[in-house]
Amino acid sequence: MTLTLNVNGQTRSVEADPATPLLYVLRNGLGLSGPKYGCGLGQCGACTVQLDGEAVFSCLTPLAVVGERPVVTVEGLGTGEAPSVLQKAFIYEQAAQCGYCIAGMIMRAQALLDANPSPSDAEIRAHMEPNLCRCGTHMRILRAVRRAAGSKNAETEAVR
Amino acid sequence: MKRSASQLNRRAFLGAGALTVAFAMAPRALAQLPGASGGTAVRPDLPGDLKSTPMLDAWIRIDAKSAITVFTGKAELGQGIKTALIQVAAEELDVDPGTITLVTADTARTPDEGLTAASHSMQDSGTAIMNAAANVRMLLTNAAARTMNVAPETLSTSGDGQIHGAGGKRLSYGEIAASLSLHVEAQPNVPLRDPASYRTIGTSWPRVDIPAKVTGGEAYVQDLRLPGMLHARILRGPSSGTRLKNPPIDAVAKMSGVVKIVQNGAFLAVVAEEEWTAITAMRALQAAPFERTAPPLPQTGVVETLTRLPSRPITVLDAAGGTAVPVRTIKARYTRPWLAHGSIGPSCAVAWFKNGEMTIWSHSQGIFDVRRVAADLLGLDIENVHAIHAEGAGCYGQNGADDVAADAALIAHELEGHPIRLQWMREQEFGWEPLGPGMFVDLEAAMDDQNRIVAWRHDVWSTPHNTRPNTAGGVLAGWEVTPPFKAPEPQPIPMPEGGGDRNSNPLYALPAMNVVYHFVPEMPMRTSAMRSLGGHMNIFAIEQLFDELAASAGIDPLDLRLAHMTDQRARDVMTLAAERFGWSARPRGDGRRGCGMGFAQYKNLEAYCAVMMEVEVERETGDYRVKRAVAAVDCGQAVNPNAVANQIEGAIIQAISWTSREMVTTKPTHLTSFDWGSYPILRFSSVPDAIEVHIVDRPGMPFLGTAEAGQGPAGAALANALAAAIGVRLRDMPLTPVKVKAAIGVI
Ligand code: FES
Ligand code: FES
Repeated sequence: MTLTLNVNGQTRSVEADPATPLLYVLRNGLGLSGPKYGCGLGQCGACTVQLDGEAVFSCLTPLAVVGERPVVTVEGLGTGEAPSVLQKAFIYEQAAQCGYCIAGMIMRAQALLDANPSPSDAEIRAHMEPNLCRCGTHMRILRAVRRAAGSKNAETEAVR
Repeated sequence: MKRSASQLNRRAFLGAGALTVAFAMAPRALAQLPGASGGTAVRPDLPGDLKSTPMLDAWIRIDAKSAITVFTGKAELGQGIKTALIQVAAEELDVDPGTITLVTADTARTPDEGLTAASHSMQDSGTAIMNAAANVRMLLTNAAARTMNVAPETLSTSGDGQIHGAGGKRLSYGEIAASLSLHVEAQPNVPLRDPASYRTIGTSWPRVDIPAKVTGGEAYVQDLRLPGMLHARILRGPSSGTRLKNPPIDAVAKMSGVVKIVQNGAFLAVVAEEEWTAITAMRALQAAPFERTAPPLPQTGVVETLTRLPSRPITVLDAAGGTAVPVRTIKARYTRPWLAHGSIGPSCAVAWFKNGEMTIWSHSQGIFDVRRVAADLLGLDIENVHAIHAEGAGCYGQNGADDVAADAALIAHELEGHPIRLQWMREQEFGWEPLGPGMFVDLEAAMDDQNRIVAWRHDVWSTPHNTRPNTAGGVLAGWEVTPPFKAPEPQPIPMPEGGGDRNSNPLYALPAMNVVYHFVPEMPMRTSAMRSLGGHMNIFAIEQLFDELAASAGIDPLDLRLAHMTDQRARDVMTLAAERFGWSARPRGDGRRGCGMGFAQYKNLEAYCAVMMEVEVERETGDYRVKRAVAAVDCGQAVNPNAVANQIEGAIIQAISWTSREMVTTKPTHLTSFDWGSYPILRFSSVPDAIEVHIVDRPGMPFLGTAEAGQGPAGAALANALAAAIGVRLRDMPLTPVKVKAAIGVI
């Protein structure tokens, strides 16, 4: 059936079964590459997007529960030419190895920064806990989030 | 006329270049090992992979507008190789790195440089590109000299892509290239730029792939969308050695949106218009029971499992020497369970069979092997198979990449004209990827009354670390089709690189060393290459025994190492790490806190790496955390220091995860670690507070592979820190809180 979604500030209609997880509609129906399939089980966070400002696992969110609430993917924050503050911080910190987890990391962090513009280091770690990175980019991801937050805790942990 | 995507690509590409002539590749040999070049050495006098591909235009092309394209047979795996290779080319061409386009592993366009593995890319490809670029700069300079009618010595470059002469005369590379053929063999010993005047090498030039990765650009094979593309899912039992019993194929074939069920022997896949339909159909088929087709999985520990199987002893080292009388002997056994690569993105491939030609996009580490495997599997002429590397999630060795590429090709072959995108599911990646082998090491060492190590014996046991495919007999689909392809007999990787015996030969100067690799060819669980191969286990063992010896002699572990190390570069990284860590003033083990170190030169051939760690243990629960880690690394000339630090940081975190908590679990019928719940890895709450990476500056020195250099030293440092903290040594991975708590006992 035809459903209307609000994605990255635009109203989009998609042809899909309402039971379809949001992830597949974003990736295939709407051609957005940011949200990634990692587990489909809510265990890794590669698919993280913001729904109504909250970080959610799009792999576990059926279209039926999305309704017209705003969905934001990493594409909605900025572009390669005009990256957002958080995306810039990830670039500045070179916070990626393979990068497969990174779009999900950014979306989870954005949800934190929207709610709490200057989180403590402990708050950042606790908030990022659901998202996995296998390359071991964690220290850089934490630095990037701190940098974007402009937090007083920002410190350099590695040689640049 | 038939025209494949590859021909079209090449034509489009060739049309753009002024310098391109006949296809520049030389014939290649099939046999390869991780890290070896894919071709035979036709010019052994040339550096790096110029040996097998000596033609300059195979590596570098410059068009009339000065656009520069550089070709590498290596692939971006998240290690930042694209950026580093562009930097190397830019430096020796003396141009702005931003003006270079890099083409990575593609069977129609790039040299066959074998696998992108074993931390070899900078040595093989970086060295080749560096010297090819120096050759090209020399040819451009000589040509400009002829045009300007001056001596080449009077000309110079200044990083702007032009050759400058006296009196403001200058020619752009494009102008010169328009009438210069680069279809010539490289010459050896062409002068390289002076490291003192490097403009690009040695700078932390930002990685070229990161902007797309943080903004949702199409960065991965998973993101490839082709016109008319269909989605496939593969049907298998829960793990290697199982298959589904009577799945309801007819019912599922009728589901709306299902395009085709592809079946060939035990190979089974479903193809649908929509990805979610393919997954739903797959789940319906998977509701069928499964059966085990291989012998039951052993339920014994790694030592019993490996020693029960036939093994072949391989002598790695047999050096007798010294006359000192041993006064103290220490003997210990160290073990590691089977580990999963655990890529965050399950393996994926896109294949398109069109007009008799197969094109495969794959994140395999061996793109030329993807081509060989598909040609063999489908009975296609190798010329009709084109394989192109497209990035996937980090693989850390042979994950499902090669298997899924063959799966996708087989499906696409049945659906001519339709591009097929196949991604494995999370549990399929865990269940079917080759695992990192379970291993164990028996070590024995003796000291004399001067605290000199006078005897050293190392026995390491492992199943194969290399079952990478280059025929259809190396992939799952090959074993499933009728008639099936036979798996080749696994072979050990010979030293000096080694497989299970990698880094079993200590770099330390010991008078008597006896090292034996017990190669177990039979695999109760399918195994293959995982980052650092045997290095992780062997260094874990060697570096712990050093600490045990130091403790028995009452001397500092660092001092014992330095007393037995003559290699100055090794001493330098240990000393640098110690300085930056504050080793001499470190907190001593007090039951709660402790520090430890680990050192190795990867394969005794590549980067030197020392890691020091401080851990903090909660005595009540056995829970522990690495507070801080400090690494010092010497990788020769560091092309991009930030990227080197990124690799080492990643290796440290990954090694903490492997060493502290990872283990593949089984039942007799199947693997029971199938998701992130049953195979937990390190999360944000457990990563260190801080990791520092210090790089020893070695201007102009040969590149030494870095990507896997940190795994062994980091695993060992963790074990040593833990032992220092709790006063009890744990030698069996994973070093879990439960084991720590048991060691601490009741408090
Ligand atoms: S893909 Fe959604 S949590 Fe892993
Ligand atoms: S950067 Fe590779 S998984 Fe996070």
